[in-house]
Order: sequence, then C-alpha cells, then structure tokens
Amino acid sequence: MLELHGITQVFGGVTALQDVSFRINANEITGVIGPNGAGKTTLFNIVTGIYSQTSGTITFEGRDISRLPVERLAKLGMVRTFQNIELFGQMTVLENVMVGLHSRSHSGLFACSFKAPWAIKEEGRIKKEAYEWLTFAGIEDLAEVTAANLPFGKGRLLEIARAMACHPHLILMDEPAAGLNSQETQGLAALIRRIREMGITVVLVEHDMELVMDICDRIVVLNLGQKLAEGTPREIQDNPEVIAAYLGEDE
Amino acid sequence: MEFSAQLLQYLLSGLSTGAIYALIGIGFSIIYNATGIINFAQGEFVMLGGMLTLFLLDTLHLPLWAAVPAAVVLAALVGLVFERLAIRPLRKASPISLVIITIGGSILIRGLTMLIWDKDTHSLPSFSGDDPIMLGGATLLPQHLWILGITVVLIAINKWFFNHTISGKAMRACSYNPRAAGLVGIDVRKMVLLSFVISATMGALAGIIVAPLTMTSYDVGVMLGLKGFCAAILGGMSSGLSTVLGGLILGVLESLGAGLVSSGYKDAIAFIILLLILFIRPQGLFGKPESERV
Amino acid sequence: MKRELIKFALFALCVLLAPLLFRGSYLMNVLVFVGIHTMLAVALNLLLGYAGQISLGHAGFFGLGAYASAILTTTYEWNPWTAMALAAVTVGALAFVIGFPILKLKGHYLAMATLGLGIIIYIIFNEWVEMTEGPSGFSGIPNLTLGSLVFDTDRKNFYLVWFFVLGCILLSVNLANSRIGRAFRAVHDAEVAARVMGVNARLLKVQVFALSAMICAIAGSLYAHVMTFIAPPSFGFTVSVELLTMVVIGGLGSIYGSFLGALLLTLLPEFLRFMQDYDIVFYGGLLMLMTIFMPGGLVRGIPELFRKLAGVISRKGDAHA
Repeated sequence: MLELHGITQVFGGVTALQDVSFRINANEITGVIGPNGAGKTTLFNIVTGIYSQTSGTITFEGRDISRLPVERLAKLGMVRTFQNIELFGQMTVLENVMVGLHSRSHSGLFACSFKAPWAIKEEGRIKKEAYEWLTFAGIEDLAEVTAANLPFGKGRLLEIARAMACHPHLILMDEPAAGLNSQETQGLAALIRRIREMGITVVLVEHDMELVMDICDRIVVLNLGQKLAEGTPREIQDNPEVIAAYLGEDE
Repeated sequence: MEFSAQLLQYLLSGLSTGAIYALIGIGFSIIYNATGIINFAQGEFVMLGGMLTLFLLDTLHLPLWAAVPAAVVLAALVGLVFERLAIRPLRKASPISLVIITIGGSILIRGLTMLIWDKDTHSLPSFSGDDPIMLGGATLLPQHLWILGITVVLIAINKWFFNHTISGKAMRACSYNPRAAGLVGIDVRKMVLLSFVISATMGALAGIIVAPLTMTSYDVGVMLGLKGFCAAILGGMSSGLSTVLGGLILGVLESLGAGLVSSGYKDAIAFIILLLILFIRPQGLFGKPESERV
Repeated sequence: MKRELIKFALFALCVLLAPLLFRGSYLMNVLVFVGIHTMLAVALNLLLGYAGQISLGHAGFFGLGAYASAILTTTYEWNPWTAMALAAVTVGALAFVIGFPILKLKGHYLAMATLGLGIIIYIIFNEWVEMTEGPSGFSGIPNLTLGSLVFDTDRKNFYLVWFFVLGCILLSVNLANSRIGRAFRAVHDAEVAARVMGVNARLLKVQVFALSAMICAIAGSLYAHVMTFIAPPSFGFTVSVELLTMVVIGGLGSIYGSFLGALLLTLLPEFLRFMQDYDIVFYGGLLMLMTIFMPGGLVRGIPELFRKLAGVISRKGDAHA
C-alpha cells in the first residue's frame, strides 16, 4: 500500500531522518512510535507532501508520490489528520465535512456562480453524504455548531469524519489520542477499528502505548531519526532495544 | 552630441537619480527590517523634505543652510507622529490592515500638504549654483555632485550606525528576532519608533537634494516612493550596499531606457523591473532565498 | 442560503423602486455611478474578502475594459455587446495568466506588485496615443443599444448598470454558499488542512483574481458607453485606492458592505462638492480611522456600536432603578 525507501531529511545542520524505510500493508492498522524527537511528525509531513524530503522515495499503491504537492494526494486516496486539530474554525461542523468532499466533487467557479443545475445537484449530494459521515463519527447532533466552539474531543472526531469524507484508501493520524481522556480514547479505538473494517488502511503516530498495543496490527519504532524496529506489538514489547530507547540505558 | 558622450550623460544622470532611489529604498528597508511593515507613506517623507524646505525658505525666509536641517527635523517629527498615531495602535493587526493604514497615511499627508500649500510644482534653489561641469563630453550640474556626495555620507553614517552603535545593533537585533530582543531588554517599541524617525530623515534628505533638479510638489512622493521601493526589492530589503546597488541599477536602466527607447514610458520601466523581480527573484538580486516573513 | 436569497430579493426590490423615489436626473446620474462603483467594489471584495488577497491595481482592469470597449466600438465599429464580451474574456484571461506569478506573493509584496501592474496599465493608457488618444481622453463612444432601445438617458442607464450590478451580487452570493465558497473559507481558516482535503488553493486564488478582473472589465465597458468619454485619470492609482477604501469601509468580505462603501464614497464627494480639494484628506483620514477603530467595516461596526450603546443605556437604567 505505502512504501518508504531511504527517506532522509536534513534541515540545515540537523539530520531529522536518516535512511528510513518500511512498508505499510493494506487493510492493517500500523502504529509509528518512538521517543520525542524521533522524527515521527517529520516523517508524516514528508509522506503527506507538506515537506519535501532531502532524498528517498515514497510509493503509494504502486505510484511514486515522492514529489507530488499536497493537494494531489486526496484524489489519489491519501488523507491525514493533525496533531493540533486543524479545523475550519469559522465554518460549521457540517461544512467542515463538506470540505472533506471537495476532492470527490467537481463544480467549478463558474458553475457555482451561475448555479448550474449539475452544481445544485452535487451540492445536495455533498450535504447528504457529509451528514452521513457525521453520524459515522457520532457527532451528527453538532452539525450546526461553529467548529471553533467544539470541545477538543469532539473536534478530534470531526477531523476524522472530515478525513473519511475524502474516501481515502489510507488515512494517517497524527497523535489522534492526544488530549483525550480514557473514555474518549476508547471511543477512538472503536472508531479506528470500524475504519479498518471498511477496508481502509490506517497509520497512526502515537504516544499512548495502551492504545497502540491494543489496536495496532504492526508497529514501526523510530528513534533519533532512524528506524529502530518493526514488528507485531508483542515483538516490539519484548524488543530490548526499544525498551532501552524509551527508558534510556540504566544498567 | 557624440553617442558615447550621450551614453555617459545618461549614465551620470542615471547614477544621480539612482542615488536618490537608493536612499528612499534604504528608508523602506529600515522600517521593514525593524517591523515587517512596508511603509507606503515613505514617499511622502521624501516629498515633505522638499516642500518643508520650500516653506522655510519662502515664508520664513530662512537661509538655505538653516532651512534644510530644520526641514529634516520637521519631517522626522512627522515620521514620529505617524508611527505613534497610526502604527503603534495596530501592532497586532493583520498585514492587510497595516497596508491599508500606511496607504491611508500617505494619502492623508499628501492631502494635507496640498491643502496647506497648493497643487503647483515649485523649484528649490540649487545648493551651489547651476554652472555646468563638463566631464568627458557629458554635462554635470553641481547639484548632481551634491546628490552623490550626500548619498555617500548618509550611507557611511548608516553603516556606522547599524554596525557600531548600541542603538543600531539593537535595531538589527529586533529585525532578526523581536521576541528575543525584547527578552534581552531591548525596548522593541522604541526601536520601531526610531526606525520610522530614521527613515523619515533619510527620505526627507533625499527629497531635498533632488528637488532643485526635478522640482517638488505635493504629489512627487508617489512615484519616488514606488521607485525607492523597487530599489529596496532589488537589494533584497537590505539597509546597506545591496539596496544602494539596486537603486543605482534602477536609476541607470531608467535613464538609458528613457534616452534610448522612449521617454514617455520611462516610469513604466521601474515598474516592469519591479514586477520581474517580484516574480522571478523576490529575495532581490543579491539576497538568499529566505522563508516568508509575513 | 434561503436567507441570503431573501436578502438579495429585498435589495433588488429596493434598487428597482429607487428611480420612482428619486426622480431628478442629477440623482439618477449619481446612482448610475453608485452602481458602477458597487460593481467594482464587489469585484475587489471577492478577491480581498474571500481569497484574502490585496489588489491595489484594480482600476487597471476597469480601464482595460473601458478602453477595449471604447476602441472596438468607436475606431473599429464593433457591436458594443460583442466588444464588451470580448473585453471581459480577454481581461479575464490576462488576469488568469498574470495571476499565477502575482499570487505567489504575499501581503505587502502582493500589494506592491498589483500596484505596479496598475500603474503600468495606466502609463500605457497615457502614452499609447495612437490607440487611446492619450491624456486628452477618448470621446465619441456610442451608447449601448438593445434592439430599438438606446441607453442614452440617466434613467435607462440606471437600469442597465444595475441589472449588471445585481447580476454580480447574485453571482457573489451563489459563490459564497457553494462548494467553491467553502473551499475559499477553508483556505482562509486553515490553508494546510484545506490542501490536504484536495483544495488547490493556488488555482482557486488565480481563478477568483480572473473573475474579479472580468467583473471590473465589464464595469469599465458599461462606464465607457454610459459616459461616452473616458480619460486615463479615471483609471489610476487613486481610483484603486478609492475602491479599496469602499471595501474596507463597508466591511471586508461582506457583499452588501461593499455596496454601502460604494454608496457612501460616491455620494459624499457629491455633497462635499464645495470642499472639492478636501477629498484626498478625507479618504486618507477615513481609511486610517476605520482601520484603527472599526476594522470590520460599517457592516460589523455599526451593529457593534448599537450593542455597546444598548449596553450603556441598560446599565444606566440599572443604576437608577
């Protein structure tokens, strides 16, 4: 589904990522973990086109996406959520999800201005489907609330609903559990499982180990910009290098 | 006139106008570097230099050597007032608001000048007479020499100020990182005020030394300001040599264009250059590409 | 959206009834200009308010439309409607092409670039005398005609111009509440997230720049046919600034705010005619005061003012109770 080969990222004098390679399998939930500063978010930003890697390639569903700009990825089936949720604050919850359907709709500037019949029809379809995604995430009762006024936990759910509206094949979540209480985290876990059941591949960057060990099929561990280990949760938990990286060498 | 003499003529007059553009451009850069704002009213300080000197000469009958510094001081005062009334209240505002307010300020200053004086163009007397000097077939006026001389002095003072005085270095610190500068005890707001005062002073001086050649009126500020901005962009918004070079190059290109191609489209040359630079190399001819400063 | 359409219908009604209330030809003439300015302000507002992009050169597009129509219909005797259409499309295409490099710039640099563009266009109007008749202006432009109807009186021109103005406002309203309008607002709120959703921010900005330019060009064509005479000063930097003032005063992003700004800034000079020379000072002062004290424009500022007043009054009432 997604392959990274030799991703290296150098910022000025700092090497944030050094020759990182791994594969994400389709229809699995993969976790990317590592201590702070390991380069997880940088990696995410590179995969999703926000940064340009210094060297290395990224292949998505067989296609080389290494140098594609951000906006092309949604149509290809890749979407992400953000660590500090990036909602469209001035718009309502429903409208946020409607923007998620942007890559799955076509009405252009002129069609919209002149209210072309196909534009009107499409608008109806967008609204209906956006509502369905809100229901999927369990926040349909908040449809008309201004996004900036949402409590944090609901904001997370909105981001996911919005991302799902893009009809992705792969969804990358950047610390989705950050700022959530244990009840909300459990709800999140259930939601992610449902997403996987729909045939969508999920990759998460996370610090919440319980969540990671609970839902992930595979885990990739990064440390100091390099891939440290890769395997099932069990394997990772028993890996002495991983333990050392997190706890530090103390013996 | 022989062609090479003509060329020399264009070159020399281009250098002297270019020096003026350089001074105005440095004014833009100083404010931009200290505050991140493009002061659309910069051209008006230039205009005020000439108009105030005129007022002091004609109405108050001051001799030239007194009128010039007095005019500069007055213009600097206008800069101070402008910063206090218009810029300081808006420190947290959006870039659009800042652009709009400096445009508003420029219009206001221009309008007030027109009301207080008039719409006519006036000439200022040259500093040391009008006897032309011959140089290799080209004619130079004493005022040209004054322009080049004063420009060199101002640039030198500028360099000394920013590199060897505490205030100057403090201003540079503000431009690199206002937060950090504030934490080290630099009064950032004072630096902002100082930047406006310095820019107004330089602008006014530029306006005064060029006024005997190009006449002055309430609306000379617009074009001069824009061309000065062009010089600053060519120089990558530096308050030093790059902008000077930018100004000189602009002046010479404009002069050559006016002489060799067409004088009606002369003003367009500066703006075409501006657009080209902004499109192709917004960091200026000599700058390094940097992350956007919003 | 329903609410927006009702607002529009009411506004359109007021416009259509206006000639019945204001009979004098002078007032009609002024209202024609309010119309032209509204069209220009709405166009600029589309760009400024929704795309967050500044332009200080919009008078240039206005002028291009005017001169294109003038030259095609007078020198080459084209049909004025064809000329208007061609002018609009050409200016739109030009803006589209120039838009890509220009809109890569941000903030002040964008402002300066559009300023430079506007001035270059103005200089061409002044200098290309063979085509434009230069500073003395271009006269003899025919009125628009529709079958046997000739638009040669203020009353008829009022309806002509306002037909287009209402059309533009309707377009803007439609756009705001559509997929594209949402995409713009998304870019405004969180550009990276919008791009992740597939919104091509760059292309959208260029498209709205082109649309904005086209509307200005049409306004220019109308202006040329209504005035039958045009000259470069009507399309210079000062005019661009006036347009900006109208949008700012009315309220950035508000369509009816742009109308309000256009109304005010077209009417005031008429009433202040005896203070002819004070207009620049007035604009400058107004711009500054509005930016400092009412950055949201009148559309937001006046309700806010009422709210504050109501608050003060009710507090005073409590004190006396």
